[in-house]
Amino acid sequence: MDLKPETLAEIEAAIPKYPEAQSAVMPLLHAIQKDQGFISNEAAEWVAEKLGIAPINVLSVVTFYPFFRQHKIGKRHIRVCRTLSCAMAGGSKVCDKMLAEFETELNQVSPGGEVTVEFAECLASCGSAPVMLVDEDLHENLTVEKAKEICDKIKAEAKS
Amino acid sequence: MAIHPKEQRLVLKYADEPGYTPHIDSYLAHGGYDMLKKAVTMEPQAIIDEVKASTLRGRGGAGFPCGLKWSFVDRKSGKPIYLICNCDESEPGTFKDRQIVHKDPHQLIEGMMISCFANNVAKAFIYIREEMPYGAKILDQAILEAKEKGFVGDNVLGSGYSCDIVVHRGAAAYICGEETGLIESLEGKRANPRIKPPYFPAVLGLYNCPTIVNNVETLCNAVHILDLGAEGFKKIGRPNNAGTRIWCVSGGVQRPGYYEVGEMTLGELVYDVCGGPLPGRSIKAIIPGGSSMKILKNGERYKGKNPDGSEYDWGLEDIPLDYDGIAAAGSMSGSGGMMVLDDTVSIPAALANLMAFYSHESCGQCTPCREGSLWLKKITSRMVHGQARPEDVDLMLDVAGQIAGRTICAFGFAVAWPVQSYIAKFEDEFREYAAHLSDPNADRQAIKELACNG
Ligand SMILES: Cc1cc2nc3c(=O)[nH]c(=O)nc-3n(C[C@H](O)[C@H](O)[C@H](O)COP(=O)(O)O)c2cc1C
Ligand code: SF4
Ligand code: FES
Repeated sequence: MDLKPETLAEIEAAIPKYPEAQSAVMPLLHAIQKDQGFISNEAAEWVAEKLGIAPINVLSVVTFYPFFRQHKIGKRHIRVCRTLSCAMAGGSKVCDKMLAEFETELNQVSPGGEVTVEFAECLASCGSAPVMLVDEDLHENLTVEKAKEICDKIKAEAKS
Repeated sequence: MAIHPKEQRLVLKYADEPGYTPHIDSYLAHGGYDMLKKAVTMEPQAIIDEVKASTLRGRGGAGFPCGLKWSFVDRKSGKPIYLICNCDESEPGTFKDRQIVHKDPHQLIEGMMISCFANNVAKAFIYIREEMPYGAKILDQAILEAKEKGFVGDNVLGSGYSCDIVVHRGAAAYICGEETGLIESLEGKRANPRIKPPYFPAVLGLYNCPTIVNNVETLCNAVHILDLGAEGFKKIGRPNNAGTRIWCVSGGVQRPGYYEVGEMTLGELVYDVCGGPLPGRSIKAIIPGGSSMKILKNGERYKGKNPDGSEYDWGLEDIPLDYDGIAAAGSMSGSGGMMVLDDTVSIPAALANLMAFYSHESCGQCTPCREGSLWLKKITSRMVHGQARPEDVDLMLDVAGQIAGRTICAFGFAVAWPVQSYIAKFEDEFREYAAHLSDPNADRQAIKELACNG
């Protein structure tokens, strides 16, 4: 496992926070996924070894939680909220616009590798619907026009 | 967000003040941590008694009395007692905890520390959903600041009492909001809820130790109970519904947003505070407390008997906006997430949207929930796509009836209640829908967009 020094530091800091080592599975997976983009089998085994638990106990966590993934995604992770308040406010059109701009389909890496667009469930920001997450950033009160601007920015950043 | 004159802000008093930041200096400049200073001079039991006397009820969903919950904690087991702040905020329609955590994190930390001191807790956790990455960073930073000032950590304020708080991030699973699913998740496992009995958190919670799980807003109120005293706190709101509540309003109103209010009616909130429906539209129905709660139909009369024997007869707008008021109208105030559906919204399509949510989020442990939610998603989805069958409405009721009350956790009700209540109140629309939408020429674009399930 080739982890960045800051990832290793994060991991070492996380484990002693918990009374029982197994509780650190999620923080470790978060750190590794941020570092490597996804959780490989090797990573799952490494976490198991690190915490003294069986690999199946790590894999069962990886496969349960939607945020943890076992494959690569595009450079930017786009999650458009699909739940009712966002849908009533036009979230579906926003998602269609994102897909069209990157000539891609839901849950796929776009042909240029810039993004993966997914649906997310209620992002706890329904008062400013529709919303989406671009990596860690929440974008609110979206319109098709605003979505286009966000796409343009992502494309420009992907080139530079 | 602008504060409406009809609001009564307690928990969100400073959050939207110009210049107020999440930094500890802002909180301290507003009397922050004064109540923790007071708490550590009190007998822990006296704090529990005060919270009990305040009649504070949980703000996370079920509305359980907070002081009573604390009194169930097994204090004789010899095991450590844990406290977990539930900041999963995943019930669709809810966005209040987000405001507290991002804008006034120290209030939550103070509320937690008071609650931990009262319950002799030495280690507390904040379980925050993954989709609030900045919230987690803000909380981590706030805990560091509070430790530097001696409010968290070893020997709090020189009292000899020590308690640490750890922020734990979820990974995008709704079921982690359910308290026993949350506990499993915090133990590093799949968030499969536990069966009660025996797994009542107060007795067999985190690591099988006594554990208190409370919502963010509930814990913040501990600060205000010490500040106002139980009697002062009870002056806000109707009896048994003490304190303010932060209502999150989304959907078809002019001013969606979060509003903290004392006693008022549902009509005052939706029409006066939120400005009513958009121009040219009218309100068709309201989901009062997050997507799991039963729907309230506009135009219906809500009748029954008050505890004192007198009778009530309300329209939608007259319903008192609190736990007992909404319960008397046949639903629940839940998490305070209110979704307003105007006359452009197709009820079957709205249900299709929610069934896609529930089938995605079922943890899969119980067959009725796992299979039933998927079945309901498929039926509602085929209705939206023009392939409804004549028997579908009855089939949905049958499936929902087999889920409700036959599962490990209350998620089962959360799936069944929307189905049962939407059909009970809008049966004609469902039946008409099935008939009309089998028409191959029907324009289904709008309803497909609302169902938003691929
Ligand atoms: C399916 C399901 C999801 C829930 N989601 C949340 C949530 O996101 N946040 C929350 O505070 N409570 C949630 N709850 C309620 C919790 O189980 C628990 O009752 C609550 O956190 C207790 O805190 P309180 O007494 O302060 O309200 C959920 C319950 C169920 C059944
Ligand atoms: S009711 Fe559903 S979510 Fe709850 S434990 Fe059973 S399968 Fe899981
Ligand atoms: S429904 Fe989209 S944020 Fe809640």
